[in-house]
Amino acid sequence: MANFTLRVNGRTHTVDVDPATPLLYVLRNDLDLHGPRFGCGLGQCGACTVLIKGEAVRSCIRPISGVAGAEITTLEGLATNGRLHPLQQAWIDEQVPQCGFCQNGQILTAKALLDRTPNPSDAQIRQGMNSTLCRCMTYYRIQAAIKRAATVMATARLGSDSEVIA
Amino acid sequence: MTTRRDFIKSSGYLVVGVAAIANADPFTGLVVEAQGAGPYPDPDFRQLDSWIVIREDNTATFYVGKTDLGQGTGTAFRQIMADELDMPYAGTSCVMGNTDVTVDQGGSGGSDALQTDGYPMRRVAAEARRVLLEMASARLGAPVAQLTVADGVVSVTGDASRRITYGELVGGRKFNVTLRGANTDATSGTAPIKTLQQLKIVGQSPQRYDIPAKVDGSLKWAVDVKVPGMLHARNVKPPVAGATLVSIDESSVRSVPGFVKVVSRGNYVAVVCEREEQAIQAARQIKVNWQKPATAPFPSSEDLFRYMRQATPATSGNPVIVGNPDSAFASAAKIVEADYEVPFQGHVSIGPAHAMADPSNDQLTIYSNDMKPYGLRNGVAQFLKMPRDKVRVLWMEGPQAYGRTAADDAGFEAAFLATELGRPVRVQWMRQEETAWDTKGPAFTVKMRGGLDAQGNLVALDFEARAADHNHLGYNEFDTVLIAQLANMRRAQPARGGAATPSEMYAIPNRRTTQHVVGLPLLWETPLRTGNLRDPNGPQVTFASESFIDELAAAAKADPLEFRLKLLTASTTDDGGFKRARSIATIKAAAEKYGWKPRPYPQPRANGEILTGRGIAYTFRSQTVVAQIADVEVNRRTGRVWVKRIVCAQDCGLVVNPEALTRVIEGGTLHALSRALHEEVTFDTEKVTSVDWATYPTLTHADTPETIDVVLVNGDPNPNRPDLQHYGAGETVCKSLIAAVANAIYDATGVRLRRVPFRNARVLAALKAAGVTSA
Repeated sequence: MANFTLRVNGRTHTVDVDPATPLLYVLRNDLDLHGPRFGCGLGQCGACTVLIKGEAVRSCIRPISGVAGAEITTLEGLATNGRLHPLQQAWIDEQVPQCGFCQNGQILTAKALLDRTPNPSDAQIRQGMNSTLCRCMTYYRIQAAIKRAATVMATARLGSDSEVIA
Repeated sequence: MTTRRDFIKSSGYLVVGVAAIANADPFTGLVVEAQGAGPYPDPDFRQLDSWIVIREDNTATFYVGKTDLGQGTGTAFRQIMADELDMPYAGTSCVMGNTDVTVDQGGSGGSDALQTDGYPMRRVAAEARRVLLEMASARLGAPVAQLTVADGVVSVTGDASRRITYGELVGGRKFNVTLRGANTDATSGTAPIKTLQQLKIVGQSPQRYDIPAKVDGSLKWAVDVKVPGMLHARNVKPPVAGATLVSIDESSVRSVPGFVKVVSRGNYVAVVCEREEQAIQAARQIKVNWQKPATAPFPSSEDLFRYMRQATPATSGNPVIVGNPDSAFASAAKIVEADYEVPFQGHVSIGPAHAMADPSNDQLTIYSNDMKPYGLRNGVAQFLKMPRDKVRVLWMEGPQAYGRTAADDAGFEAAFLATELGRPVRVQWMRQEETAWDTKGPAFTVKMRGGLDAQGNLVALDFEARAADHNHLGYNEFDTVLIAQLANMRRAQPARGGAATPSEMYAIPNRRTTQHVVGLPLLWETPLRTGNLRDPNGPQVTFASESFIDELAAAAKADPLEFRLKLLTASTTDDGGFKRARSIATIKAAAEKYGWKPRPYPQPRANGEILTGRGIAYTFRSQTVVAQIADVEVNRRTGRVWVKRIVCAQDCGLVVNPEALTRVIEGGTLHALSRALHEEVTFDTEKVTSVDWATYPTLTHADTPETIDVVLVNGDPNPNRPDLQHYGAGETVCKSLIAAVANAIYDATGVRLRRVPFRNARVLAALKAAGVTSA
């Protein structure tokens, strides 16, 4: 056991666990976060995804010892000032989830994708999301929601640009 | 096979008061709280107060004994009950599947939520409205006939100043109205339900209320339940199916930090630790000696279909014969024969089996995503020999598994471990364990034979199916779940499934339909035990029957869609033309949306690397009719099949929420596409070898069709009839899609695939054998 200090959703936490403990169990069991979930423990499905420095990371295979001090964002931390991220809003507008268990990974993987590629083509969405699995097979609506969010975010950027110009 | 209707309870009803119900009310608090004191008698379905609570602020909560597996049924229940009550949808909420506060409607299964259980919900809501109007009549001093009700406010017609709300009439108090009915499904008051023309909220598409918490991370799932003093458990499965436990070396895990105990019963072994990662470590590290079974538990998956064809059936149904098939075949101008094969396919939930059981206060509360919480409660009580009143199950959201939790292994394991340890225990399966050891959809072989006359009319059809469905689970009986099998608490004979028969309305004068169930050598403790996987047998049977209709159409040189319509248009005596009329309407709706024009089948082979084709298939389930058309692209160099477009027409009668239904149809259709293209349980002669997402591949984002067109059809011969029914909507689309894809591949390539799934290598091999690989 050892002490590790984590920055999660803007807050600092210290936990005393085995250094090999996957980040997922610390987030869920010590920090009471419910966004990341266990799906496979193998890094194959994406249900456990969190954002670390903007990258979508599979927390089920990331030892706690490797992420101490890093800025970690979970699904709970995606909204700002109580306002849902455009991706979350798009997920509601498109009524994406069936059971919803995988959608944490879908939303956060999409977040990393749009940060990298703000206006993705259909092929880029398929490629970028491909290893994030959904057993209810909501892929069709997920892809529609990503496109919807990309449009909303582009419009918002245009709005903020024009403000700068003015 | 046992049905859930066998579990309708017959004794021990007791009224649950408003105060008890308020504990599980989403308007006033969380469902998940520290365990109440218990005991937990059954809510009385014959009391209106068991179903509906109305508060002073004119909001209502509905208590229903169903679970929502992600298809939005909770939203639909609110719509139908709010509509009958004349309350605004937004002023209602719904509590589902908590055995101590919701009446036993069996939980979920069989796509019956609206078709069956929606009707008692509507009747009790209509009864509540009737009672409220009587109360209002007394309070307002006007006869009921002169009252108007809207949005939970009753007023005297023509005098809006004389008004009173439902909340003012009954808020915070009990109705104390007794209902009637021999069982929950039959629950009724004296008020009639509304006619089609009177319904207002039904047919609208309010957004699903469960979705926001699923996208902002605030939802507490069954996997999230945590109580003070809770321990974590992991199972240790036999390395070879059918192995016998010889000894456990507990010293191999005593040094694991947080280690609490090794628990075993028969061949069931689990380790329990303080922390989750510790339990995982201990389960990996523990040394257990197993003795392999004397004979191989099953053939390898490569050898499965040969084995199934040669095996002596465990059971054979009597052939169902129409007309005289033998003489019709003897005089047929052309005979077509084909064999089809569908492997075992897994439920393979995105999140493995899990549950938490709390034995505090000498009671047992199980927090679970079990789709059938009432069955789990009864099963656990019997398994642990506890009085039923001491056991309750609180249903919570969970990963969808399409039938897996109807044999809820983890729920029983958590209950067992919690009573063994005397502390709350959370158990969760690991990925390899879940994918290898979950219940499976049965493998099928189907032999089809058809006879055409000289004009290309189908005059005789022979269907003979064999299903590897010898130990079928699905209702949480205490002596069927895996821990019971491993602990040798099993019944004398396994519950056998059955090989279903095709569901279509084709008028074929001479038919023979035969079904067999075959067993594998290992009967118990097998990872190849079967369960209800999203229409238990329909996808397998319909793959064969609807592929074969196309083989016959090709032999008759007919367009497959026209061939089907001709078979449907011919006269039959059954069903009064009702289902047949709806079948015709649904196929025509799909054809119209697609823009189907007759053409030679298969079409002349094109040049180029990508070959394109279209295929249709149709089926029904109960009263719900589906027709699907798939457009495929087949890459003749790689064998990859991409289904580019799917049109899905469905007639499930009265549609409660068109938008939510559309999503259900899309998801179910793609689940079937996953089974068509990718899914197969593999095994050697000792164990299942498909154990994770790499070895059990499923549909991915890259496979997603470019377009899915859903067409909601009302093909009722009298579409505006006041009593238009709402039929089950969840599973029918899973049945016909595999055949639609196979038929499209044939149209594109001229190659007929009779073995599921259509993975690249299998398609490529078939194309090579037919000389189709070079452009």
